[in-house]
Amino acid sequence: MIISIASGKGGTGKTTLSTSLAVSIPGNVQFLDCDVEEPNGHLFLTPEIKKREQMDARVPKIDLNQCTLCRKCMEICRFGAIAVLKDTVMVFEDHCHSCGGCLAVCPEGAVHEVSRPIGEVESGQIGQIAFAHGKLDIGQVMAPPVIRQVRSCTDDNSTTIIDAPPGTSCPVITAVNKTDFVILVTEPTPFGLHDLRLAVETVRLLGIPHGIVINRDGVGNDDVRHYAQKENIPILMEIPFSKEIAKIYSNGGIVALQMPEIKEKCLTLFHTITTLVNNPTRINRGRVQ
Amino acid sequence: MKELVILSGKGGTGKTSITAALASLALERDLAPLCCDADVDAADLHLILTPDICKVRDFSGGHTASIHREHCTDCGLCLDLCRFDAISDDYQIDPFACEGCGVCSDLCPANAIEFKETVCGQWFESDTRFGPFIHARLDIGQENSGKLVARVREEARSLAEQTDRDFILTDGPPGIGCPVIASISQATAVLIVAEPTVSGLHDMKRVIELCRHFKLPAMVCINKYDLNPVQTLAIERYALEHQIRVVGRIGFDPIFTHAMIQEKTIIEYHRQTAAGRQIEKMWTRILSHLQFSLSFNEHPPFPISTPLEQRSVNNEKR
Repeated sequence: MIISIASGKGGTGKTTLSTSLAVSIPGNVQFLDCDVEEPNGHLFLTPEIKKREQMDARVPKIDLNQCTLCRKCMEICRFGAIAVLKDTVMVFEDHCHSCGGCLAVCPEGAVHEVSRPIGEVESGQIGQIAFAHGKLDIGQVMAPPVIRQVRSCTDDNSTTIIDAPPGTSCPVITAVNKTDFVILVTEPTPFGLHDLRLAVETVRLLGIPHGIVINRDGVGNDDVRHYAQKENIPILMEIPFSKEIAKIYSNGGIVALQMPEIKEKCLTLFHTITTLVNNPTRINRGRVQ
Repeated sequence: MKELVILSGKGGTGKTSITAALASLALERDLAPLCCDADVDAADLHLILTPDICKVRDFSGGHTASIHREHCTDCGLCLDLCRFDAISDDYQIDPFACEGCGVCSDLCPANAIEFKETVCGQWFESDTRFGPFIHARLDIGQENSGKLVARVREEARSLAEQTDRDFILTDGPPGIGCPVIASISQATAVLIVAEPTVSGLHDMKRVIELCRHFKLPAMVCINKYDLNPVQTLAIERYALEHQIRVVGRIGFDPIFTHAMIQEKTIIEYHRQTAAGRQIEKMWTRILSHLQFSLSFNEHPPFPISTPLEQRSVNNEKR
């Protein structure tokens, strides 16, 4: 089973929850940190990294000896990555989406692909938890290829926890698409609710069953609860606002390891999700039973 | 005209609340701000600024392919060509996986693939109690947040010039990828809002590196600094070591959430709190920095006045 944890708004507590969940779940667990722009999971889980893989994007390189300046490569490129000038061809690697179109259309075979580093994927282990994360190189623009590589580490024999990036656009879609369940972590504030609505729209479009976890419960108002009730989205767990939790988190501690009541809640959360995933009709009714 | 972009690396550190507070303060000093929300993915600044929208424009960032099955001959060429796993075995295109490269459409021998421009969001020009406001909304699951961010900033600059504004206050997105890069190009300076946590420090380092990469002057403030003085010190130490100015320390205060619920900035809601005063002090320092056109390595002398800063300096001297 693959459980992803997303939010819409940043800073609601995805990593707090995902790391706590990972240490609470019995059996083989896998933690995939797909927030490749700012991966944090490793700061809490402190895995021993065993494998480091550089991530490359494929970009075109034009062999000017073969090139006839026919411009077909420039015409097919939708991203402005190729400019055919009077007597040469320029490639803007930053723009390239690695679609392979230029390669496919070149009648002279003058387009070759070379690798350009964009990030790395590291994998390792901590106790019974298999760990992998991606790190986008600073200055690189595209997170999804690195996220896809992290996702490809999924082990079907484990419960996989995916820590997704904030937001609702392409990187989040890449992180959560085709997972079995999405936990949407929110905070009970106007910003939290606003972005939660967007996140719900996202997972509904993707057709993935989902539920809400309210973090820092008590800081704001009840609007998130009212919204969840109105939309028939189960509230799976509430983590109260607590300076103790804030302190543990701020020091890089995993909350479930230091607060048994949170570990209990995470175990219950896991069982609830397992039940929901195995009984799709319950999800349609929108209430946890 | 200057532009200050507010970033964080880590989400949830308080960028939007602080941006709104700075807009309040700017107006009080008769500095004409123009606000810009570059967090098009999960835009929240409008919840405090409560804009009157004057102009709405559709934004098209790219295209999506779709297969007309009635013309399709099942040759499978599109399946072979697509590098994004966007085409299923039964020739359905997943619009979320489609990268908009057009290769399938261009090379389909049966001309069975349509390649349509997609409207992927909207941008708005609005009036607020603080002045003009440019903001946007990216549709769910879209690819082109960087492009929409670039558009929003272009419009902000253009409007700022037309309406003679002194500077642009831009609320940036979290992270360090495409939308963030699009939010900082040609900015005068970046204010990084950090939080005193292990994650906050880690993510701040990456966004500082990003600013260096693009040769942009950066300043740091630590929000909720009193939640973890040790981490606060670690942040300040890092900043000092990397010649990044610390312009403020703001204490944790539930007033931020109360103000948000009332759709007010913290300055409007209750400025006579420690946090309110700390933001005002910070604003004075930021303004003094913005008067100068600085390269990344130049710094005017900056007074160190608080015990925490002095302690950092003393530790350095040891």
